[in-house]
Amino acid sequence: MSSLKHVMLMTGDEAVAYAVKQSNVDFISAYPITPQTIIVERLSEYVASGQVDAAFVPVESEHSALSACIGASLCGARVFTSTSSQGLALMHEIMYVASGLRCPIVMAVANRALSAPLNIHGDHSDIMGSRDSGWVQIFCESPQEAYHYTIQAFRLAEHPEVLLPVAVNLDGFTVSHSSEPVELLHDEEVKNYLPRLPRPRLDYDNPHTFGILALPTHYFEFKLEQARALENAGEVLKEVASLYPQPSDALRKFTVEGECEHVVVVGMGGVMGTIRHVVASIGQKFYSLVSIRLFSPFPHRELAEILSDAEAVVVLDRAMSPGMASPPLASNVKSALYDLDIRKPVVSVVYGLGGREPTTSMVRRLLEKMRDDVMSGGVKSRYLYLGAGGGLA
Amino acid sequence: MMEVVKLEQLYGREGISPGHSACQGCGAMVAVRQVLMAAEPPFIVVTPTSCLEVVTSQYPYTAWRVPWVHVAFENAAAVASGIEAASKVLERKGRGRRHRVLVIAGDGGTYDIGLQALSGALERGHSFLYVCYDNEAYMNTGIQRSAATPLSAITTTTPRGKPEPKKDIMSIVAAHNIPYAATASPHLWKDLTNKVRKAMSIEGPTFLHVLAPCPRGWRYDPQHTIKIARLAVETRIFPIYEIEYRRYRLNYVTARPRPIEEYLTTQERFAYLLKPENRHLLEEFKKTVEERWQRLLELATPTTRK
Repeated sequence: MSSLKHVMLMTGDEAVAYAVKQSNVDFISAYPITPQTIIVERLSEYVASGQVDAAFVPVESEHSALSACIGASLCGARVFTSTSSQGLALMHEIMYVASGLRCPIVMAVANRALSAPLNIHGDHSDIMGSRDSGWVQIFCESPQEAYHYTIQAFRLAEHPEVLLPVAVNLDGFTVSHSSEPVELLHDEEVKNYLPRLPRPRLDYDNPHTFGILALPTHYFEFKLEQARALENAGEVLKEVASLYPQPSDALRKFTVEGECEHVVVVGMGGVMGTIRHVVASIGQKFYSLVSIRLFSPFPHRELAEILSDAEAVVVLDRAMSPGMASPPLASNVKSALYDLDIRKPVVSVVYGLGGREPTTSMVRRLLEKMRDDVMSGGVKSRYLYLGAGGGLA
Repeated sequence: MMEVVKLEQLYGREGISPGHSACQGCGAMVAVRQVLMAAEPPFIVVTPTSCLEVVTSQYPYTAWRVPWVHVAFENAAAVASGIEAASKVLERKGRGRRHRVLVIAGDGGTYDIGLQALSGALERGHSFLYVCYDNEAYMNTGIQRSAATPLSAITTTTPRGKPEPKKDIMSIVAAHNIPYAATASPHLWKDLTNKVRKAMSIEGPTFLHVLAPCPRGWRYDPQHTIKIARLAVETRIFPIYEIEYRRYRLNYVTARPRPIEEYLTTQERFAYLLKPENRHLLEEFKKTVEERWQRLLELATPTTRK
């Protein structure tokens, strides 16, 4: 039964907070940082007014926020937190503990640049710094997606074959602070979609020891088991998506627009709307779009298969990996192709650092250049910085 | 007023099983056993990274007979905050039973790296008992100085003795105006266990500072742990007192304290201090002990209007 009955004008932050409210969380802990602050402001209001029966613990740092979340999660609570940038960097140590202790915490990350220089605007440097922390990582294009994916994140996190924390990423300001009409599920639908499942917890009558010391005899197996649980999330996602009350908004690993025969643009997050708009305006036949929603576990095989007929692949990264062969998304795309013995020119484009949003004319120049290169047979793997120094660098 | 009980009348559940890997004569393990016997069920224990953590939780074994969690080094009080708040909500929502929360942390995890999380949790007023077992250095990593290391004690990072005096953690904790904070020593087990019971009967944050002699770090024969704890108290180096909100009460007063040298000479960590040419350091050490005792006496004396 389709279910969308009401629509509210919401920013990405507000949409996340509303999703968390409907998900009937038991525990929220956070520390203020721009641009996620509105999420916890809204949630504190929901708790204060009794719209959510949860503990709201406003701690003295992000490090303590995630630490408190782990304590609450190990009691069996449904737990939410959110952060950005420096706050996420401060949590970094505890992110590994959250995944290692298999805590199904959901965290919204309103992605923001990392200091220095200090900058409050959007890019993905924050979450990419914790790329290998063993969390499921989802990226949202819009407030609407942030709403739907936050609800589905709880179901994915709490699945017995996953039991891992999930980061729901929304670009700082472009998604976190942009308003759009957001279609909402009914409270009852969300409640039915998110059953409470038993899991090991801190209980005096049935004592467990959490956070053990594992020496070289056992540590490796723990980490392998945890990595397999993260891989499981890719399969479990299908079930999580298939049961979602609004099938058209079910979380997918990625979406594909176009035939993927000529130039394929691979990216994630809010920028994809700009790309889509430009492609529509200059003729869609030559360009295809792949918008990644599930960055971790990375959909290697499916993505490589989609790219197997492309003449060139343009990968958009909103973060750098200084000193490394490629930035994070390009690196994963190249690995995925290599593993299937597919050799394609991959153009790595870094864009939007510190909130420098690509304009439509910038994107148009990029796409036209790619088309010209393909037509002249001149595309080679290369590295570009979109909008740095005033244009296509 | 709490009634005094005999040891067998305590809740009596051994929270720690034999077979953990603590050193012989570990003062912390004696204190922890007493704390756990006195703690009223149901409770959950949080331990930051510490000696206690590594000697009790080495996979595939656990020494814990009670629910226990270790998350990291600097965040025990934050983890406790989460457990306390979640436990209350889950009981309210019919999905669990409220548990008391007990943190057992070392001095490094309390005085130094864990101080911010501790301060935050005290300020927010969570109901939990935070026990700091104080062995006066980073013993787990090999005896490096902490803020709890006393003046002139030798550690592996203070080979000529620590130039600074011990941080006054009790005053810092008391400045948060919490309902209850106390010091205790494992040789005064009745005092220690009664303080645990008292603290855990109070809504709000409570703090217990327990002296935990360490044979390896303090350099003494493991059989002398309890004797050394006793000497620390009887020389007034480690005064036994409690603070209810900001009201102080001394729990162990002796008219004639033992000479401070009696304590210092039992431990090789004070060898540098006891050298004849370092007599000025010894005098400074004595002065800090005496000054703190006098200040405690003043704080513990009811003031009268003049």
